[in-house]
Amino acid sequence: MNWIYEPWTWYFSGLMIAFVMFLLLMMGKKFGMSSNLRTLCTMCGADKKTDFFQFDWREQRWNLAVVLGTIIGGFIASKFLTNTTAVQISQETIVHLKALGFQDAGTAYLPTKMFDTTVFYDFKTIVLLAIGGLLIGFGSRYAGGCTSGHAISGLSNFQLPSLVAVVGFFIGGLVMVHFLFPLIF
Amino acid sequence: MRVFIYLGIGILFGITMFKSEAASWFRIYEMFRFEAFHMYGIIGSALAIGIIIVQVIKKYNIKSFYGAKILFSPKEKSFTRYLLGGIIFGLGWALVGACPGPMFVLIGAGFSPILITVAFAVLGTYLYGVLKNKLPH
Repeated sequence: MNWIYEPWTWYFSGLMIAFVMFLLLMMGKKFGMSSNLRTLCTMCGADKKTDFFQFDWREQRWNLAVVLGTIIGGFIASKFLTNTTAVQISQETIVHLKALGFQDAGTAYLPTKMFDTTVFYDFKTIVLLAIGGLLIGFGSRYAGGCTSGHAISGLSNFQLPSLVAVVGFFIGGLVMVHFLFPLIF
Repeated sequence: MRVFIYLGIGILFGITMFKSEAASWFRIYEMFRFEAFHMYGIIGSALAIGIIIVQVIKKYNIKSFYGAKILFSPKEKSFTRYLLGGIIFGLGWALVGACPGPMFVLIGAGFSPILITVAFAVLGTYLYGVLKNKLPH
C-alpha cells in the first residue's frame, strides 16, 4: 500500500478521473466542476437581477455535494495520504522558475511566492490571485465549461465545441506562461 | 442518501487531483512549457478511457444505476464563444495554476490564499451572466 503515499502515476491518475466521470454518468449526471460557480451565484441572489442565474439551484445540490467532497478529498490526501509534498518537476522547469524568482521549485507542492499565508499582506499577489479567479470564472462560463466539462466529458463524446475550447485553453495558457509571466514576475 | 454517494465521488476526485499533482501550480507551469509528459499523460489517459466508456454506454445502451437512459446532450454549435472563452479561461488557469476542480482541492489541502481566487471566480461567473447578451457567441 506504499504506492498510495507516493505521487500517483499519470496512468493511474487518468484512470481514476475517467472512473469519476463514469460514476457520475451512472448516477445520471455529468462531470463538470465550473457550473457550481454559477450555482453559487444563484444561491447568493444573482437570480434576482440576471436571467442567466434564474434556475432552481436545488437541482444542482448533487454537484455542490461533489464540490464539498472535493474539498474533503484535498484535506484527506494532503493530511493522511502524502509523505512528501515536493513535486518532482523537470530540471529545465526548475531552472526557468528559479530565474523567475520561484526558489522552491522542485521542493514544494505550490510556490510560497503565491500561496503562503504571508501573501495576504502582499498586494501584488492578492491582485494576481484575484485576476486569475476572474479569468477562470468568466472564461469557463463563456466557454460553457472548464477542464472537466470540455477536456474530459466533452471530448470523450467527440464534441467539436469542446475541442475548440481546449485549443483556446492552450492558447491562453501558452500566452500567459511564455509572454506574460516574464512581465509579471 | 444519494447526497453521500455524491460526497464520496467528490472525495475520490479530490484525492485524485491532489495525488496526481494536477492541483500543483508547478505541474501546470511545466505543462505549458512542454517540459514533461505528466499532465499530458493524465489528461490523455483519462480521455482515452473516457471515450471507451462513452462509446460502450451508447453502443450497449447501458442504463444508469437507477435504470434511466444515460443522455449525452450535444453542446450548442458555435465557434466564437468556445475560442474566446477558452482563451480567457486558459490565461487564468496558467496564472493561478488551478482550474475549478483543483481550486476546491487546494482549499481542503489548507492553502488559504486560493480562497481569493475562488471568490473572484464566483464574481467572474457573475460578470459573465451580466454581460452575456453583449458578448459575441
